[in-house]
Amino acid sequence: MDMTDINPAASAAAADSGRRFGDVILDLQNISLRFGGVKALTDISFDVREHEIRSIIGPNGAGKSSMLNVINGVYHPQEGRILYRGQERKRLEPYMAARQGIARTFQNIALFKGMSVLDNIMTGRNLMMKSNILQMALYWGRAQKEEIAHREKVEEIIDFLEIQDVRKTPVGQLPYGLQKRVELGRALAAEPSMLLLDEPMAGMNVEEKQDMCRFILDVNDQFGTTIVLIEHDMGVVMDISDRVVVLDYGKKIGDGAPDEVRSNEDVIRAYLGTSH
Amino acid sequence: MLYRENGQFKTSYAADQQIFPILQDRWAIGLLLLVAFVAMPLLGSEYFFRAILIPFLILALAALGLNILVGYCGQISLGTGAFMAVGAYAAYNFMVRIDGMPLIVAMLLGGLAATVIGVLFGIPSLRIKGLYLAVATLAAQFFTDWAFLRIGWFTNHSTSGSVSVANLNVFGIPIESPVSKYLFCLVVVCVFALMAKNLTRSAIGRQWMAIRDMDVAAAVIGIRPVYAKLTAFAVSSFIVGVAGVLWAFVYLGAWEPAAFSIDRSFQLLFMVIIGGLGSISGAFLGAAFMVLLPVVLDQLPHWLGIPISTATVSHLVHMIFGALIVFFLIVEPHGLAKLWSVGKQKMRLWPFPH
Amino acid sequence: MGFFLETLFGGLMAGMLYSLVALGFVLIYKASGVFNFAQGAMVLFAALAMARFAEWFPKWFGFESLLLANLLAFIAAMAMMVVLAWAIERLCLSKLVNQEGITLLMATLGIAYFLDGFGQTLFGSDIYSINVGMPKDPAFILEGMFEGGVMVSKEDLVAAVIAALLVIVLALFFQKTKTGRALRAVADDHQAAQSIGIPLNTIWVIVWSVAGFAALIAGIIWGSKLGVQFTLSLVALKALPVVILGGLTSVPGAIIGGLIIGVGEKLSEIYIGPMLGGGIEIWFAYVLALGFLLVRPQGLFGEKIIDRV
Repeated sequence: MDMTDINPAASAAAADSGRRFGDVILDLQNISLRFGGVKALTDISFDVREHEIRSIIGPNGAGKSSMLNVINGVYHPQEGRILYRGQERKRLEPYMAARQGIARTFQNIALFKGMSVLDNIMTGRNLMMKSNILQMALYWGRAQKEEIAHREKVEEIIDFLEIQDVRKTPVGQLPYGLQKRVELGRALAAEPSMLLLDEPMAGMNVEEKQDMCRFILDVNDQFGTTIVLIEHDMGVVMDISDRVVVLDYGKKIGDGAPDEVRSNEDVIRAYLGTSH
Repeated sequence: MLYRENGQFKTSYAADQQIFPILQDRWAIGLLLLVAFVAMPLLGSEYFFRAILIPFLILALAALGLNILVGYCGQISLGTGAFMAVGAYAAYNFMVRIDGMPLIVAMLLGGLAATVIGVLFGIPSLRIKGLYLAVATLAAQFFTDWAFLRIGWFTNHSTSGSVSVANLNVFGIPIESPVSKYLFCLVVVCVFALMAKNLTRSAIGRQWMAIRDMDVAAAVIGIRPVYAKLTAFAVSSFIVGVAGVLWAFVYLGAWEPAAFSIDRSFQLLFMVIIGGLGSISGAFLGAAFMVLLPVVLDQLPHWLGIPISTATVSHLVHMIFGALIVFFLIVEPHGLAKLWSVGKQKMRLWPFPH
Repeated sequence: MGFFLETLFGGLMAGMLYSLVALGFVLIYKASGVFNFAQGAMVLFAALAMARFAEWFPKWFGFESLLLANLLAFIAAMAMMVVLAWAIERLCLSKLVNQEGITLLMATLGIAYFLDGFGQTLFGSDIYSINVGMPKDPAFILEGMFEGGVMVSKEDLVAAVIAALLVIVLALFFQKTKTGRALRAVADDHQAAQSIGIPLNTIWVIVWSVAGFAALIAGIIWGSKLGVQFTLSLVALKALPVVILGGLTSVPGAIIGGLIIGVGEKLSEIYIGPMLGGGIEIWFAYVLALGFLLVRPQGLFGEKIIDRV
């Protein structure tokens, strides 16, 4: 996809042309999350369908990141049900969410600072490596074959994200925009069926944002990955999302296609303040 | 100009993933091994083996084990001495209680015993972090200090509290002379260093480093913190336990619990910090530094003709180590190993600055 | 019953001293997030300075008054602790701002090593005595209740009173003075405190000086009881489980933790020790603290640790 695709008409057209949306893959029902006495999320319900780009928007402190943390098991809500692929899920640790095919990136970059770009992305494929500790110690047979096979996959991702020249650089030394890209690469390496992106474009300039948009759309389009996106840039959100859910003070105030949400009065009030 | 990788193109990922991808490095390491295995046994004096090379090798091995835990997995341990002690006393008991127990098997069993205890005291790391974990490992230190002193069974009810081993041999070859002891340690250390390097460049090594750098993010991409931390404790304690066996059997011959006191734990931690956290060569550099500095400081006054008492020397050693720890933590947290690689980088580019 | 009470009192007294050292830990941790492993080395250093200056000053200046010697030595030792605090802040802490807890911990280990060597190079490494006129004879209390009463050491009693006074003074200092308020602000949030004009570096020097003061008091009490020698620096290792038990950020926690550990050690040594072959004092505190950690990681009075993502 090239840059001309990132405009409302084009994405609306894509939605109209019946992009392969599947069934509901993730269903959140009446989620409430508290920290001590502080209510982070109150009675929130929404669903995510397979292959769609689902955005969560809302002012700062609305509970967007908490929502993602609930989805991949970092936080455990006190109330509510979570159905993933039709199965009700009990208390689930983050690493188990990853095993079920949920990957994510973080608002404040959470790369492994001491490791190279290559190693960072390789960690994303750790789940698929099956050799035992002795084989790894000898670096022989299966262990070596696995390293090389997964390295090839990782190189594909490196090519996709256009970061070939920094593959052996420690991530701590990279500029911010590239770090965000590496983090996306690490999440992609796991070949997730659902990708949670927490403000992937925060702090980027226009050009970097365009690149990132392109990557997100490509991932969604080429791999059919379901994407749950938190983003502050309304232009981007309205452009690339299929459906948008709006949170404010931990409550859901809007849900629907970008155009519906845009004209929702509660949403306008939350964003622009009220004029009585 | 000699140190260049220009023209050395990699045509496969296997070639790119070698331990020493640069040709000159392979030559250097080959030369080093040649010196260690051939030249040293021919040229070294008895004092050199006993006072420098053997302790250096064994401490390097222990530091290597500790570095896996602290440098690679980010879990602090102030109880390394305890895990060495467990290895040493376990191997001792296997030797004493089972007739005809071969040294190598006893050594590996000692390592396994240390693994069990290491994992046991590593369990708190699943719930507590950093400073708190330091306390848990200190508990291991004090508890084993006490156990080997007070529980007679461990020392085969030795009345003096001191135990000893004699007539060590490997496949019938006696390990008695300084040269044979040195070569035995050298082989063990080389094997473990290679395996440790392999682990750290495999999936498991990346898991450890991921947990070290950011544990929440590691969990989110599917790494089980429990598994990563406990394997780090297990591998680390195994290596440290084997080092404990060597220290007791080969270096000391006869020993008491004080040989594995908290001072030993601190000493090893310092080696890892000075040598370089999270690097295999760092363990060797740190151990070399730690073994050589007191020897040099001891000799220096003789050479210069200034009389300094032994007590003062030991205080000076304390001061220098203390100051160096702070220095390295501030200036170069990756220690001597990093300084070395920076030097190499400069050499690659020389005579150009960039 | 009399014997039990004696043990209990002995434990409380020992615990009071642990509390003193633990207090130094807590002060520094609160204000700078540093887990100060060098607190024990500071106790040793302060005690060495005190003992040796009290010995040297009369010789250097040709007077004989023990009181004057102690007074001058105390001032000199305190001055050294302040210089030390300044040096630590300048040369070490200010360069490690924003580093992880583990790095800071290892740095204080380095400081501890340096101080041990430095102190003994300056002041010598024999056993020295501190004589500040602590009463040495035992006293008997509750003679009406038990035959022969309960024996307590007067020295311990005086020590406990001093320790209690110190705690009260520190509490007042924290709550009532301007500096104390600044200290609490820094403890809450370094950056916020800095942004309203609290000089971070000065505050840290003050905190380390106060911890040095606590170390000096502990060193004097301990030194006059057991003599000043290298093993004093191991006191820090005793105080570690105390702060874990009490909570790293809590002053009352340090006091109560110290008492619990002191009493627990003595009672366990008497009542459980013989079953295990004795000497369990060495690890009892640690195992107690470890068990406690697993149940309540933040300690008795510490703030709950919440991981944010």
